[in-house]
Amino acid sequence: MEVLWSIVTGVLVAAGLYMMMRRNIVKLMFGLVILGYAANLLIFTVGGMTRNHTAIIHPGEEELSAPFADPVPQALILTAIVIGFGVQAFALLLFWRGYISVGSDDLDDMNATDQIDEAPQVEVGK
Amino acid sequence: MERGRVKCYAMANFGPAFARQIAQGSRDDAMLWAILSGFVIATVAPWLTVRAGRWTGMLLAALPLGLFGWFCSLGRSLNGSGAFEEVWPWVPSLGVDLAFRLDGLSLLFGMMITGVGALIFIYSSGYMAVEKKLGRFYAYLLTFMASMLGAVLSDNLFGLFIFWELTSFSSYLLIGFKHEKESARASALQALLVTGGGGLAMMAGFVLLSMITGEVRISLMAEQHDAIVGHALFPLTLLLILAGAFTKSAQVPFHFWLPGAMEAPTPVSAYLHSSTMVKLGIFLMARMSPVIAGNDLWHWLVIPAGLITFIMGAVVALMQVDLKRILAYSTVSSLGLMTLLLGIGSEAAIKALVVYIVVHTLYKAALFMTAGSIDHETGTRSVLVLSGLWKKMPVSMLAALVVAASMAGVAPLFGFIGKELVYESLLRGPAGFLLITGGVIGSALTFTGAMIVTLLPFFGKAGDTPKHPHEAPVTMLLGPLLLAGLSIGFAIYPGMLSKIVLDPAAASIFSAPFHIHLHLWHGFNLVVALSGLTFALGLAGGIYAIRLRTQGRLGKLRDIPFTPTQAYQYVLKGLLWTARSQTRLLQHGYLRFYIVSVIATTLTLVVITLARVRNVQFIPLGIRIEEITVAGVLLASTYMVAKSRSRLATVTALGMIGLCIITVFILYGAPDLAMTQFSVEALSVILLVLVIYRLPPLKRYTPHKKRVRDGVLACAAGGVVTLLMLIVLGSQTESPLTDYFSRMSVPQGKGHNVVNVILVDFRGFDTLGEITVLAVAAIGVLALIKLRPDRPDSEHLLRLRNEAAVAEHFSLILTVTSRLLMPVLLLASVFITLRGHNEPGGGFIGGLLAAMAYSLVAIGFGVHHARQALRVAPLKIISAGLSVAALSGVVGTLFFGKPFMSSVWLPFEVPVLHKVGTPMIFDIGVFLVVLGITLLIIFSAAEEN
Repeated sequence: MEVLWSIVTGVLVAAGLYMMMRRNIVKLMFGLVILGYAANLLIFTVGGMTRNHTAIIHPGEEELSAPFADPVPQALILTAIVIGFGVQAFALLLFWRGYISVGSDDLDDMNATDQIDEAPQVEVGK
Repeated sequence: MERGRVKCYAMANFGPAFARQIAQGSRDDAMLWAILSGFVIATVAPWLTVRAGRWTGMLLAALPLGLFGWFCSLGRSLNGSGAFEEVWPWVPSLGVDLAFRLDGLSLLFGMMITGVGALIFIYSSGYMAVEKKLGRFYAYLLTFMASMLGAVLSDNLFGLFIFWELTSFSSYLLIGFKHEKESARASALQALLVTGGGGLAMMAGFVLLSMITGEVRISLMAEQHDAIVGHALFPLTLLLILAGAFTKSAQVPFHFWLPGAMEAPTPVSAYLHSSTMVKLGIFLMARMSPVIAGNDLWHWLVIPAGLITFIMGAVVALMQVDLKRILAYSTVSSLGLMTLLLGIGSEAAIKALVVYIVVHTLYKAALFMTAGSIDHETGTRSVLVLSGLWKKMPVSMLAALVVAASMAGVAPLFGFIGKELVYESLLRGPAGFLLITGGVIGSALTFTGAMIVTLLPFFGKAGDTPKHPHEAPVTMLLGPLLLAGLSIGFAIYPGMLSKIVLDPAAASIFSAPFHIHLHLWHGFNLVVALSGLTFALGLAGGIYAIRLRTQGRLGKLRDIPFTPTQAYQYVLKGLLWTARSQTRLLQHGYLRFYIVSVIATTLTLVVITLARVRNVQFIPLGIRIEEITVAGVLLASTYMVAKSRSRLATVTALGMIGLCIITVFILYGAPDLAMTQFSVEALSVILLVLVIYRLPPLKRYTPHKKRVRDGVLACAAGGVVTLLMLIVLGSQTESPLTDYFSRMSVPQGKGHNVVNVILVDFRGFDTLGEITVLAVAAIGVLALIKLRPDRPDSEHLLRLRNEAAVAEHFSLILTVTSRLLMPVLLLASVFITLRGHNEPGGGFIGGLLAAMAYSLVAIGFGVHHARQALRVAPLKIISAGLSVAALSGVVGTLFFGKPFMSSVWLPFEVPVLHKVGTPMIFDIGVFLVVLGITLLIIFSAAEEN
């Protein structure tokens, strides 16, 4: 079963990266979301998968009895999901602001700040 | 000779206990406080300036004055070649101590720093009387003074380095003090780059030195002198350390920053760039002399550098017309002479050196202060204009004449003694004839320089100056007069000075007891004859210079074809060109190529690593039908997201991927994850729907060919990820972490849901960090939406528009459902949060659910209604949540002395909740933060309608 999800993760990564390489800013954002899914699935898969058993200790027992799902990757992913949502919201609103300010959804129209030749030249040392 | 050494080692071996014994009543943390006091007072100096105004300088002078007194008292008890030490553990695990050591050399410099410092503070209160940024000025000046003291008192190589760099840094601030001036900024940067660069070289040299010796304390290294000099790395070490000393002490060809530093206010020039900081390089060479001097390489590097600087500085000084620049080049020349003496390193040379250091400090600080007074009173520093000031400024003239005579080396002044000793040591040095010739030429030029800086401005016909000159105020006369008096006094009664200061200083450079007997008159001998020759030459030069001025030809000889300043500018330009071209290459502004380069680099590195992996065991396939179904749906949806150009279809397909992921979490026993993902999916859809239709339809910009290229790269990356995962899965080992958490969850965490226990208890600190990150992201969203300068709408208008939009899209089903669902969702969220410790749930999920309740209201009735229903602003909820979470971690610390974020539980069970403890309070904090940030995001997005 891990083999299957490894392949699925690979596909998600490929799709996410492909979309992040688009010039369209909306596609970029969707790519980011998919990459987030891929990251979570990666941790979940590599952490080892257990069918039909949770990481919850049965009432009355003192510790997890085998077989059980590994709680460590789950704890990692839980916060990652919520943070992923925060990132997604931030990116969405950032891109939207960019779109409104620049008036274009083409990332190639948004690169002026990165190109030093368009920035004012600074004179140095006399 | 051995007495001094033995004493040093004994103290080093016995540490502070022995030092305390020696210190005789001095506290064993006195040195630390002597250094720290300057830094501490620097922080309150701006405040003091507001209160004390122009008297601040006088008040602050009390600190250096007190320290000067302290040094004097220590000098008496230092008794020749002893030393005081203070050692604090710094990085005990590495055996590194913060060590301070006061020996004769430190004492000499400490007295110069504090003595001249006190005069400079008094002088500043007059000179800077109308300055607006006075607080800043004094803060910088105190910082500088404290850094200097730290540098000369450090026994630890790296402590010395840190204080050394602090002096460069505070010098940068002081040179650039008039930062409105372009030239001041450029000069400050130049000084910083030159001395800072040298400092880095010195640091490298220190590292090598400590590698060679296995020691960081300078006083403990002298013992290994022969081993150090014989080491293969010694030449490099010496070069690097000398690079630091030569840049700091302005040796040719690194001297050019010093004349540039004259942009600083004159008190600064008088303090830093004549008498103290520039001598730090000399100090370094003197301090390291017992460790690295006394070999051929040292002689061959240091003597020529010193001699060239000595003569060149004196020559170039005569080509200047600005008083301060003349003095600056003359300082360069004097520093060259000191370097020359250190290079020779003989007993006579060291004797001459310590005397000359004092001589130079006295006359140069005084001349700078006088030059500052002239500038202050007349508004110019040009010797072409200044003339006949003796009538207007008689006291300044008197002081200037005396110290200039000392500079020229005329009897009966202290400078005369200095020059005699220099000649003596040059005559006895290696290549004596060459050195003495250079010495006489340099001294004659210095004589001429002394004439130019005094005779030209003070005598002759009264000149036409920008301001009508008056005598300088008392505060500005005190320093020059006192220093002039000392120049006479030390010449007549040299005994006291040599006993307290000069003997110990020479002893610590030479690492042997030293007795200097100074006399003004030695009888007729070769040295006296040479002095006479010097006066004759110097006088002739001075008269020639005066004639040049009357003919209007002075200062016309200034064009040298290629100067180090130009070299510096070429280097700087080259550096900027390199930075610009590499930035243009890498920072091109095309996001997708940034991503491509990141992917390509990572891929290459991973593939290289993977290629070396051997014995990979692939795990069995073991696939079930339901898994294939879920994977199939997931892949189909992914294809659709990547391919589709319809916004609605994309959002739907994205939701499908989310659902499939939820299913995966359910299939493999992760109910918490499934619930979290589910809530996030629902909120994502709300968010996307709010914004997506205001984004443009998905256009395609890239031609087919390039899409194929991107596709290939993306697939390669995906393939490598899959491969990586399979390799990791094949080589999996048991995790001790999992084992620990699964066994300790109930006894220590009092919870059955291990995932939740990890989040709120075992790794609670991590979670606290993560919710803080979330809060920051939310503030980012708020900034993007609300804090726009171009935002035209008032809150009221926004509300109206918002309600209009709601009315337009009014949906009966949505409003009814949201009204019904809201209480249910809120109740569920509280329930799920509280039960989270034992069953699936917790603060993250609860917070998301509660947010969903208010989001529904926002969609159904408008954000305004949702805000009213919420009553509290989301930002306040976030801060409340963060505070609750952080406070829950403090409980254990405050009441039980446990580390931060340790859990504390009530000893008894509570109905419904069972065990109650701080992790549950922490989870409530998480609940609030998640609720707050989600609503902040959703509300912000919705209000933009």
